[in-house]
Amino acid sequence: MYAFQYRKANTLADAAAVLSRNADAKLLAGGQSLVASMKLRLINPSDIVDLSGIKELAGIKLESNAVVIGAMTRHAAVASSHDVKKAIPALAALADGIGDRMVRNMGTLGGSVANNDPAADYPAAALALGATVITDKRKIAADDFFKGLFETALQPSEIITAVSFPIPKRAAYMKFRNPASRYALVGVFVADFGTGVRVAVTGAGPGVFRMPEMEKALAAKFSPDAIAGIKVPEANLNSDLHAAADYRAHLIGVMAKRAVEAAA
Amino acid sequence: MGDMNFIGQSVKRREDYRFLTGSGNYTDDIVLPHQSHASFVRSPHAHARIRAIDKAAALKAPGVIAVFTGDDIAAGKVNGLPCGWLITDVNGQPMKEPPHPVLAQGKVRYVGDHVAVVIAETAQQARDAAEKIEVDYEVLPSVVRAGDARSKGAPTLHDIAPDNTCYVWGLGDKAAVDKAMASAAHVTTLEFVNNRLIPNAIEPRAANAVYSRADDGYTLYVASQNPHVERLLMTAFVLGLPEHKVRVVAPDVGGGFGSKIFLYAEEVVLTWAAKQLNRPIKWTADRSESFQSDAHGRDHVTKAELGMDKNGKFTALRVTTTANLGAYLSTFSSCIPTILYATLLAGQYATPAIYAEVTAVFTNTAPVDAYRGAGRPEATYVVERIVEQAAREMKLDPAEIRRRNFITTFPYQTPVALLYDTGNYEATLADAQKAADVAGFPARRAESAKRGKLRGLGYACYIEACGIAPSNIAGALGARAGLYEAAEVRVHPTGKVSLFTGSHSHGQGHETTFAQVVAARLGIPMEDVDVVHGDTSKVLFGMGTYGSRSLAVGGTAIVKALDKIIAKGKKIAAHLLEASDSDIEFKDGNFGVTGTDRKIPFAQIALTAYVPHNYPLDKLEPGLNENAFYDPVNFTFPAGSHICEVEIDPETGRTRVERFTAVDDFGKVINPMIVEGQVHGGLTQGIGQALTEGCHYDPESGQLVTGSFLDYCMPRADDVPSYHVGTQVTPCTHNPLGVKGCGEAGAIGAPAAVMNAITDALGVRDVEMPATPQRIWRIANQKPV
Repeated sequence: MYAFQYRKANTLADAAAVLSRNADAKLLAGGQSLVASMKLRLINPSDIVDLSGIKELAGIKLESNAVVIGAMTRHAAVASSHDVKKAIPALAALADGIGDRMVRNMGTLGGSVANNDPAADYPAAALALGATVITDKRKIAADDFFKGLFETALQPSEIITAVSFPIPKRAAYMKFRNPASRYALVGVFVADFGTGVRVAVTGAGPGVFRMPEMEKALAAKFSPDAIAGIKVPEANLNSDLHAAADYRAHLIGVMAKRAVEAAA
Repeated sequence: MGDMNFIGQSVKRREDYRFLTGSGNYTDDIVLPHQSHASFVRSPHAHARIRAIDKAAALKAPGVIAVFTGDDIAAGKVNGLPCGWLITDVNGQPMKEPPHPVLAQGKVRYVGDHVAVVIAETAQQARDAAEKIEVDYEVLPSVVRAGDARSKGAPTLHDIAPDNTCYVWGLGDKAAVDKAMASAAHVTTLEFVNNRLIPNAIEPRAANAVYSRADDGYTLYVASQNPHVERLLMTAFVLGLPEHKVRVVAPDVGGGFGSKIFLYAEEVVLTWAAKQLNRPIKWTADRSESFQSDAHGRDHVTKAELGMDKNGKFTALRVTTTANLGAYLSTFSSCIPTILYATLLAGQYATPAIYAEVTAVFTNTAPVDAYRGAGRPEATYVVERIVEQAAREMKLDPAEIRRRNFITTFPYQTPVALLYDTGNYEATLADAQKAADVAGFPARRAESAKRGKLRGLGYACYIEACGIAPSNIAGALGARAGLYEAAEVRVHPTGKVSLFTGSHSHGQGHETTFAQVVAARLGIPMEDVDVVHGDTSKVLFGMGTYGSRSLAVGGTAIVKALDKIIAKGKKIAAHLLEASDSDIEFKDGNFGVTGTDRKIPFAQIALTAYVPHNYPLDKLEPGLNENAFYDPVNFTFPAGSHICEVEIDPETGRTRVERFTAVDDFGKVINPMIVEGQVHGGLTQGIGQALTEGCHYDPESGQLVTGSFLDYCMPRADDVPSYHVGTQVTPCTHNPLGVKGCGEAGAIGAPAAVMNAITDALGVRDVEMPATPQRIWRIANQKPV
């Protein structure tokens, strides 16, 4: 790591103030992406602002048709939450599959969503459930939030405080893991709201994206054979040592099918 | 306390207490007074000339004490790293030995090649300053694949080898093979790659060197598998230092698997610089550095042909291999694809004619050297894959074709130099088949098919040569070292024993197993035995631990030293008991007069030796301290049968190893729990080679693409099943413990077993390792590669 100044924020306002004063400052949530990048010297933040002392940022609230999860809520907490398991079991299962136990004890929802790693799991859930990202300044719909590779709609010193997930009729998440990193090579989140179906894919492209053709087919008939004939285009999909674009395109179809089977 | 009471017992490991409670003492834990720290500058290019190195900014950085480059090393008359095995080529010429400088001399030849070193007060400062070194490179084209190194137009790495060839070497009878092939009823041909692996021991390499003006001596702490060899090579061949003034200590070492055998540039540079600066200097690799600069393993391209008669009896085997040595010769790299490889091509079979030709090439990649199995996994892969393919072509059961060809009478002289002492391959295979429930496989396959999955079964009946090696044979084959082992048994006046062994323990559990051997032999409690290893100041000498040699060679040296102790004890007892030497027997920890009740316990003999009042001083020296050097009369030949069962999901290409059965003959077993642990580890590494691990350099840029665990897939516990492990015992005929060695067997047999199972499931001739989901999916669905 390069040398840096560590600060622990007592309030959200404190944290935002440091960020707006200093363009090279970074927020520390669970540190599971940030610290790893720092250790590899890929980034050189001047200041680290630790959010773990701000109590109101963590917590899970069950509302009538949404689950609102605080930005600093750890993956392990979401995975084991009675409320989440009851209202959106697919979301609890997704949280339970992020990284490994140590990562889940530290990693946070807000950190994952703000970082928008192209292979992260939470963006698929947020996009498929049509979630709302709540910041210290405004509310942003998921469809408008995820912009591209590690890019979101957040302004420079804007801080996520919570994410509100609408409760679907049924949903499931299927992930095919990169054998080495165990990140999503392809992860598909399918959510049926009754009034419509949303399908979001992570891992396969530069960022999370929806599959309108699948959504339409599944809205008409929520079953695996409804999407069996859909050929997923290879264009714009990632290609690397572990999976070329054509393999990812194929896996999207397979994971979507398996997600529908699991949700039905 | 009976003789041999501890032998065969699963005594819990003594080492574990300190390892599991974080109380180990690894090289990085050692902090010396006035400690300074080093950071190495490494080449970001696969192949480049160095035009200039600008140290100015680095020298001004906070905390920096010095910066050294190749110029300083050359001015200091530091030699390059030596290769310990001279291979003579097919024309009787010595192999090409290009210089292997410890800091680059005008040219870099692989990503990670060492260019400069920065020494500063803290590790952080050294690292920061290293980033300020500016190297002006003239980038050159590079070549990374073994098969491309000799192509027309391939860039030359070393002037003395314009075609990048280190040697072309042959073993066996070419004429006999050609003749037998010409008249064979059937010839099976197979071409395959043995994929390059990166060792990734859990502890990265580390060194801490200090020079003392007080005694004009050096101490080097280094994560090594063989401190005496390290010392000899460094003092005699590289730094020109007096050997007796240099102490090398390998403290707790977190795994080696071969990668910590070799003399590396970093510890040499540190030792040299420690004197220049009169400061101790410490360096610990980070994982990225380990990926780039630890010696890699395997990397062969092979074509094999197996000739047989109409009954599937093998008549000839022809093997042609191109072996990638990397950019420079590492300490033992030349002998891995030759002496430790081609000599195993008989396998467990009585094939009468064998010829192997190996072309070893240089490429712009990390040096390649021994890695768990060292040549024997490569040989087993060749033999067991082609035998299985032959069975399929001849429509014979794969176990049956093996049975028709097993060696059944011993000793057996193979056509590739080795004399197998003993074995029972038939029994091992039968046991393995039973344990693997081969009979039930067809039903399991049908059940998998119902679920849309492909199931396959594969065998590997491997053999290896361990307990390296008889020095005269090794020398005749080109070894520049002896390969004996040494032991010293020091009995203290109170009857406690210190065992000094030239073997090194970096995961093998020697502190436990060697204590078992000593305690059993002397009839004393295990707590009374202390095993000392890893320090050239304490241990008389040693060739170190690798090649599954510690128990067979090191253990025998221990037994011989114990024999001397007991022989002397008998003389002392004879004097005390007023009997003649020949009337004394040593049994159950007591010296006694044969046929009587009169006896004296070991501890009392020990005390007498050091308080020699009633003692034959005219005939016998006081004290009870003996050493032995043991040079093995032959290799040992552990062998076994591995059976692997896989299930493939053709939709995704994901392969699960459903069952893995290993029945191994390691000769006598001293500690079954430790042996089982070794087998588990070896099998997991072997499955890793087959399914998950693969080092990849980009052929265009020469960059190491798999430079971290994000891309280099280490097998985890959930990647493998619970193993069924069993042993057969045919005791080694030529060492007193009857042991053969067990550390590498799993890594030797598993890859072939897994790939035989996968090719069986898919109904294809070959699948490249690692058999990743993408690879399997393409084959299963006939998609373009």
